[in-house]
Amino acid sequence: MSKIFEELTLEAVNTPKIPCREFINAKLGLVELSDEKIKLAEELSTIYRRESGVFDCQIALCKGTGCHSSGEVALWEKIDQVLREKGIRDKVNIVETGCRGFCEMGPLVEIFPQHIFYCKVKPENIEDIITKTVMNNEVIEELLFDGIPIAEQIPFYKKQVRRVLKESGHVNPENINDSIVHEAYQGFLKATQMTPEDVIDTMKQSGLRGRGGGGFSTGLKWEFTRATPSEKKYIICNADEGDPGAFMDRSLLEGDPHKIIEGMMIAGYAIGADEGYIYVRAEYPLAIHRLEIAIAQCKEFGILGENILGTGFNFKLKIKQGAGAFVCGEETALISSIEGKRGMPTVKPPFPSTSGLFGKPTSINNVETFANVPLILNNGVAWFRQVGTPKSAGTKVFAMTGKIRNTGLVEVPMGITLREIVFEIGGGLKDGAKFKAAQIGGPSGGCLTEEHLDMPLDYDSLQAAGAMVGSGGLVILDDKTCMVETARYFMSFTQNESCGKCIPCREGTGRMLEIMERIVIGKGKMEDIDLLEELAHTIKDASLCGLGKTAPNPVLSTLQYFHEEYLAHINEQRCPAGECASLRVFEIVPELCKGCSKCARICPNDAITGEIKKPYIINQEKCIKCGACESACPFNAIKVG
Amino acid sequence: MTYQYMEVNNKKVEITGNEKNILEVVRNMGIEIPTFCYHSELSVYGACRMCMVEDERGNLVASCSLKPQAGMKIKTHSKKIMNTRRMILELLLANHHQDCTTCEKSGNCKLQELAVNMGVKKVRFKPRKPWQDIDTSSASIVRDPNKCILCGDCVRMCSEVQGVGVLGFINRGPEINVVPAFDKPIADVDCVNCGQCVSICPTGALTIKDDTMKVWEALIDPKKKVVVQIAPAVRVAIGEEFNHTEGANYLYKSVAALKMMGADYVFDTSFSADLTVVEEASEFLNRVVKGEKLPQFTSCCPGWVTYAEKNCPDLLSNLSSCKSPQQMFGAVFKKFFAKKMNIPTEEMFVVSVMPCTAKKFEADRPEMSTDSYQDVDAVITTVELARMIRKMGIQFEELEPASLDMPFGFSSGAGVIFGTSGGVAEAALRYATEKLTGETLNEVNFKEVRGLAGLKEATFNIQGRDIKLAVVSGLANTQALIERIRNKEVNYDFVEVMACPGGCIGGGGQPVPNTTDARMNRSKGLYDIDAKSTVKKSQNNPTIEKLYDEWLKTPNSDEAHYALHTHYGHKKRIGGMEIKDEEKDASIEKIVISVCVGTNCYLKGSYDVLQELITLAQKHGIDDKVEFKGTFCLENCSNGPSIKVSDDLHKYGIQKDETEKFFTNVVLPRVK
Repeated sequence: MSKIFEELTLEAVNTPKIPCREFINAKLGLVELSDEKIKLAEELSTIYRRESGVFDCQIALCKGTGCHSSGEVALWEKIDQVLREKGIRDKVNIVETGCRGFCEMGPLVEIFPQHIFYCKVKPENIEDIITKTVMNNEVIEELLFDGIPIAEQIPFYKKQVRRVLKESGHVNPENINDSIVHEAYQGFLKATQMTPEDVIDTMKQSGLRGRGGGGFSTGLKWEFTRATPSEKKYIICNADEGDPGAFMDRSLLEGDPHKIIEGMMIAGYAIGADEGYIYVRAEYPLAIHRLEIAIAQCKEFGILGENILGTGFNFKLKIKQGAGAFVCGEETALISSIEGKRGMPTVKPPFPSTSGLFGKPTSINNVETFANVPLILNNGVAWFRQVGTPKSAGTKVFAMTGKIRNTGLVEVPMGITLREIVFEIGGGLKDGAKFKAAQIGGPSGGCLTEEHLDMPLDYDSLQAAGAMVGSGGLVILDDKTCMVETARYFMSFTQNESCGKCIPCREGTGRMLEIMERIVIGKGKMEDIDLLEELAHTIKDASLCGLGKTAPNPVLSTLQYFHEEYLAHINEQRCPAGECASLRVFEIVPELCKGCSKCARICPNDAITGEIKKPYIINQEKCIKCGACESACPFNAIKVG
Repeated sequence: MTYQYMEVNNKKVEITGNEKNILEVVRNMGIEIPTFCYHSELSVYGACRMCMVEDERGNLVASCSLKPQAGMKIKTHSKKIMNTRRMILELLLANHHQDCTTCEKSGNCKLQELAVNMGVKKVRFKPRKPWQDIDTSSASIVRDPNKCILCGDCVRMCSEVQGVGVLGFINRGPEINVVPAFDKPIADVDCVNCGQCVSICPTGALTIKDDTMKVWEALIDPKKKVVVQIAPAVRVAIGEEFNHTEGANYLYKSVAALKMMGADYVFDTSFSADLTVVEEASEFLNRVVKGEKLPQFTSCCPGWVTYAEKNCPDLLSNLSSCKSPQQMFGAVFKKFFAKKMNIPTEEMFVVSVMPCTAKKFEADRPEMSTDSYQDVDAVITTVELARMIRKMGIQFEELEPASLDMPFGFSSGAGVIFGTSGGVAEAALRYATEKLTGETLNEVNFKEVRGLAGLKEATFNIQGRDIKLAVVSGLANTQALIERIRNKEVNYDFVEVMACPGGCIGGGGQPVPNTTDARMNRSKGLYDIDAKSTVKKSQNNPTIEKLYDEWLKTPNSDEAHYALHTHYGHKKRIGGMEIKDEEKDASIEKIVISVCVGTNCYLKGSYDVLQELITLAQKHGIDDKVEFKGTFCLENCSNGPSIKVSDDLHKYGIQKDETEKFFTNVVLPRVK
């Protein structure tokens, strides 16, 4: 085996790190190799680094934004240094990969060929990792997650079906060769052997629905755009991910940019577009950097440009950096922004499929949608539909955050239950707290409660429950979270991010926020609930774009499922979760108070008085509810209600 | 032909498929759907959400942006829709400075009208925007942001119809605002004072600068001789302010009203329009003979003149040097009539009644003065005259018409049609043809240049020479035409420009609604007056003849040039900011090298690196081509010292001893 691989790598450009160009060309269909050769090469290629005999070992470092910011850079330097000291630098390959999703446990390091997966690695662990694991095959127990050495066996990964994220965290996103070895552009090559109509038909049969929130059929969208006659058409990739806590698109772009480029090329081929834009937030510098590298490498390989890989298809790709307005994730606002105008939505109709970017027919799809496209072309409709539900086929990536043990990025089959995500993949709530709700779909979505734990998560069930898949933000809340405050937070987000064009959204969200702010400080009135509902329905019914139409959802959904919490705030000036600062009441339990005076000394407003060795008392009128006494008390004598 | 139907409020309605939108279908049925941001002249914006109708599925859809389709079923006034409209109005009112009783726009305000009609009885929200200053910097327009409902009508009017685009949105969400460029006062930006934004503003956020008090004071002052001139387009529009038929001639009732107020003389600007024709057409003929400075652009529209001064410096010599009829009138009075009547200049107070807001700006121009007095002392618009009439309590309808004072009350039909697009060109043709042929012109109607089309072109063969004309109105149309002239795609001898669509009849000082329909009626009104007039050519106006005999001698004489002509200058676009000469700037562009002197980089020796770089630049004699900056934090503290070259190149970790290498490898090649 290794002989053939060596044969194939004879022409390798610089080092065996980059596989043979002939092999890459064969993968891209530019030269013909015998089937046997290809088969062998493929088998080899996936493991070429660690088993080709060139490197004894490979250390894979996750370079997703999460791991990157928790210290991955220092790790690389340290590994490099230690390997040099040990004199084995040339035997060990260090690879930086895209996001592996298990961000809570970062920085993540995986050692091959031993397949050992370490979490929360610090520079001081490196010496050990190299001397023990790399050189002596020993496992360092303390760095394992729950004592499990293999990543795939960790519950977080076990229950997942990683399809679009398959290569993310395994390939080097800055090296196109690595991606090509891992099947990149195979779907495109298959597509170009079909008619554009057949490609669209395949997409329709697959049942792929937009992963950006709306859930509209991707095939239909392409069909409409193809049906509009025009010399010029555009493909846009919407990577203006802005939901608080959501980072699916970022991770995909950082971890596997070629999958997105390939998806866009297939879309371009299907609708007859020769130009594409990736609209990505400027706040995602790493994603932009990697996309730039990927595009440059594609051009070099003839994968972007004229007559791509001899197929006669032309396609060019540009990156447009968004300036950070949430509303630019709305397709018409995004188009305006690319055109250099103020990022404000425009009326629909006309839809982008008839008149989009620069007035030309345009198909806009989300990053994750594009990532699914090559997989469908490459593996077939039947494969795609193996997971998911009949009406929501395939997988969905969720960004799981909040009071959950395993924060991170998970890819699960559509139709999975919330219980499986939260308690199996997510490992349950932090500190064993009680599950209260999951906020799904970000500021446009709603909340799911205990009663929804066993409901299948798919487009239609979520819609029926008053929530939405949205872009995939999933915030887990425990019983210490106030739902009224959560709704207020999302309301403040949307009213800030409203573009200000249409009246219901601009004025209405502001007024809803005003009422919510009143309620969380205990100054709400019963009429406020009716007014909230009245406003919410006007905003939902009458707003110009999706931002406004969905903005009241967090309030409506908490009103529906947590009505009594609103009532407690209004009627009793009480926050049942104890989160709303202005409604907290601090009291000293006389039986527990030893009269040490610590609280009285720390109180910034002199609200606590008493005599030494006798129970102290808090003057409620003077108390500013800062909580300083509670943290200062050595006897847990201060009760918060 | 097969008929197609849709259902509106359970009633079958025939549709042709040519309707622009559902709104049009419903309005054609005689049902008024309220709108703030929909105007057929502007692009569809879809922001006010007042025009929503309910579809079969119970969803609300905006009728302004939806095309009617056969079989569609909609309701225009369901409970859901009525609640939505009421809530939208309530939300708008909550943030609106509700000083209706003292607001200029009261009675004409769409917000006020709809709030009454939709039954908004109570506003349940408190005002939440902080008070913003009112912008009174402009001679023509007052902007009160506290009354703005952010419908964007003015923004689209200014950019789409006028191509000026000085108004735009800033900020987002609750902070959004409509402001002039760079949030500067209107007077400091590229505004041409046309007032079309005022015409379209549904509330009192944009209003005409009120100058009626100046006029009242002069009228009350016994020492002042108040001389009033009324522009042609006023007479066919002022009736609309008193619910009269659009387009009918109310000149003589206006004269009667002004006399009742105490005006000493009331004259007609059409007279000085005749004078303009003689001067301007003579100038044109001279240019034709000499074959220079063609095409000649008209100069009677102050909006256009300002636009040209700010945007087309290359064409200023092509503008006719003639003052506008308003200013010619002022000059004739202060420079000639006052002396003849022995009235001291300071005692004469010239008031113009104009359809135009830009005339206020024009009257203030320093070029337009005699003995340190402005030739025109106050300009009021049609709307302001109506306001004065109401203030005086004059029952306009019952007023006996009064005749204009003589001799300057007499004008030809040519002077009257000045008020509509094509009128100046036609009047000039009536003069030029006769001069060129030397024969009496009998067929005076040049219908090719009439009508409200944005651009009209015609060629007339006079004495074997083709005279090519273009008549353009609306500044966006004008800009497009100028581009074609500059690109030599077209060439003309004479170009009439009016800033407002349709000419002065559609001016920013005219009554609202200032729609295409209203403009059509007013234009027709002016042509009717011309048709009925006994003298149709300016050169046949006996007062004009007398004026030349007694004072000016001949057209374009030195005397005429002194009194009736002016000059133009290239104006800065934005107050305080020079216009960039791109070629010049490119040659002296410096390479900017920023060295971070933030704490981290400083500790790593960035200051020494900076010093070293400056020394090296001097040593290589390129210190005039490189600009060094000490800058704060380039946000890569761990890898400092950080250096940024121009905007595109970052270098990190350059130590003092590496500076020379960096300078030779990076800086020097860029300089060369």
